[in-house]
Amino acid sequence: MLGIKRWRITKDDLVARSVLFPTVVLTMVFVYAFIIFTIYISFTNSKLMPTFGWVGFQNYIKLFKLDHWHIALKNMVIFSVLYIGLSTLFGLFMAILIDLNKFSETFFRPIYLYPMAISFIVTGTAWKWFLDPGIGIERIMHQWGFTSFHFTWIKDSEFAIYTIVIAAIWQVSGYIMVIFLAGLRAIPHETIESAVVDGASVFTLYTKIVIPQLNAAFLSVFVILGHMAIKSYDLVVALTSGGPGRATELPSTFMYSYTFTRNQMGIGAASAVFMLTIFGIIIIPYLRHQIKADIE
Amino acid sequence: MTIKETLKLNRTFEFIIAAIMLILATYFLIPLYLMIVNSLKPLSEIRGGNMLALPIEASLDHWKTAWSSAQIGVQPIGLRPYFINSIKMVIPSVIISTVMGSFSGFVLAKWRFKGDEILFGLILFGCFIPFQIVLIPTAKVLGMLHLAGSTQGLILVHSVYGLGFTTLFFRNAYKTIPSEMIQAAQIDGASFMYIFNRIILPLSTPVFVVSIIWQTTNIWNDFLFGASFGGAASQPLTVALNNLVSSSTGVKEYNVHFAGALLAALPTLIIYFVSGKYFVRGLTSGSVKG
Repeated sequence: MLGIKRWRITKDDLVARSVLFPTVVLTMVFVYAFIIFTIYISFTNSKLMPTFGWVGFQNYIKLFKLDHWHIALKNMVIFSVLYIGLSTLFGLFMAILIDLNKFSETFFRPIYLYPMAISFIVTGTAWKWFLDPGIGIERIMHQWGFTSFHFTWIKDSEFAIYTIVIAAIWQVSGYIMVIFLAGLRAIPHETIESAVVDGASVFTLYTKIVIPQLNAAFLSVFVILGHMAIKSYDLVVALTSGGPGRATELPSTFMYSYTFTRNQMGIGAASAVFMLTIFGIIIIPYLRHQIKADIE
Repeated sequence: MTIKETLKLNRTFEFIIAAIMLILATYFLIPLYLMIVNSLKPLSEIRGGNMLALPIEASLDHWKTAWSSAQIGVQPIGLRPYFINSIKMVIPSVIISTVMGSFSGFVLAKWRFKGDEILFGLILFGCFIPFQIVLIPTAKVLGMLHLAGSTQGLILVHSVYGLGFTTLFFRNAYKTIPSEMIQAAQIDGASFMYIFNRIILPLSTPVFVVSIIWQTTNIWNDFLFGASFGGAASQPLTVALNNLVSSSTGVKEYNVHFAGALLAALPTLIIYFVSGKYFVRGLTSGSVKG
């Protein structure tokens, strides 16, 4: 405890308080008061505009009876599992390669990471036409002579969600790579050297020595991917607009359409509260852990 | 010493790694390549030819169309006005959120007061929330402030919801400045603003670069707030691009779509390739502390 006091300034300063004040007030209003407002709306019969007629849990009951919501939930599970799992594997693999190559920093890293600098609407446009059977990959393969090649996932209500997974993994893998790379570079060197001296193969070195030391990086990666999975919205809009039919709806697109286009604001608010709950389960323990580690 | 140096990889192994990395690089570049080559082709070449082929008759006509005459919604005005909307929205939001973040980050890094850690946690939580949870009240408040559908409304929203990240960046950066420097100045009777301007700001260039790049990229690329709160005269480029591409009427002008997508990507791509290191720093401090 003494340590904290020593590196912090304890002298009271009115100016210091007042420059922090606007940030605190804005956060309290725009984040916390607004969350409470949305939770309240989820218990009202709001349709086109927010109203205050209390209806209890009716919106939640209606929400979980809607087929449309079931599709969104099922897609969220499929999307999250594949997105988190595959991006983690892919990002880790890329980080290991980058770490072993001498041109990596100047040449490969910028190429792997650039998708993170672009809007999902832009990359969604590129993937939408690339995966389109009429002009994209299927046609390209046919022209190369693979005439039996079929790839119509984006038009197929059963498989369309997987095209969103493909594009989303492509976009985020470079980011995951960067986090793992920082983790790899922070591993104490002695552990690696002694394993090499003991004659461990490259495979054993990574699976037994290196990867088990990446715990902190794995935790960050899961939390980042988890919360990004819940928030995914732009990419679905750009790639499939939730279609074909409702096949690629996610809770985020469901919330938007019920709130702003179907005039079922109460149900929309209930779906947003559900999203916040899942988000909170993922992020609150993580933030507590990070801030605690920060103090020590 | 790195893992690479310890392992002393042989030539064959190095070659295999390089080959895999090149294949991966190709995979990552395909969408960008597709957009570039097809934005230069006439429509007949896209429909009749191979999307991966280089253009036979390359021209910048479709870029001109996308810029100044493509049909966006009901108006054939191109993406230019929306590009300007985005600029008008991004610059003030980035300045406001960065300046406020530098103050609050400094105070949270160096002043001790009751509940400071909880406060920081609350601010941090705010920058990661799924924004669906605030869309309804934000729409209502913007309406009450007569800012609905205006660029000012979008500036307000982006400034506020950017504060969490900017505060985080500055707090982490300022924690590394020794407190003794500040305390010594305080003993000499220096005021808060004097300390901030004379001691802190000269050490802050890197963190300002990180914050400005992060905020510019995020706000330029935002879609949800633009689609929810943008009006006829304030819609940002991402929303207009989506309207252009997903419009179901008329012939699908793929070349114009790709040119438009590249126009929307260009500003942040340029920033990214010019300032790579700082972009990476923003990404990692947005996730892992310090």
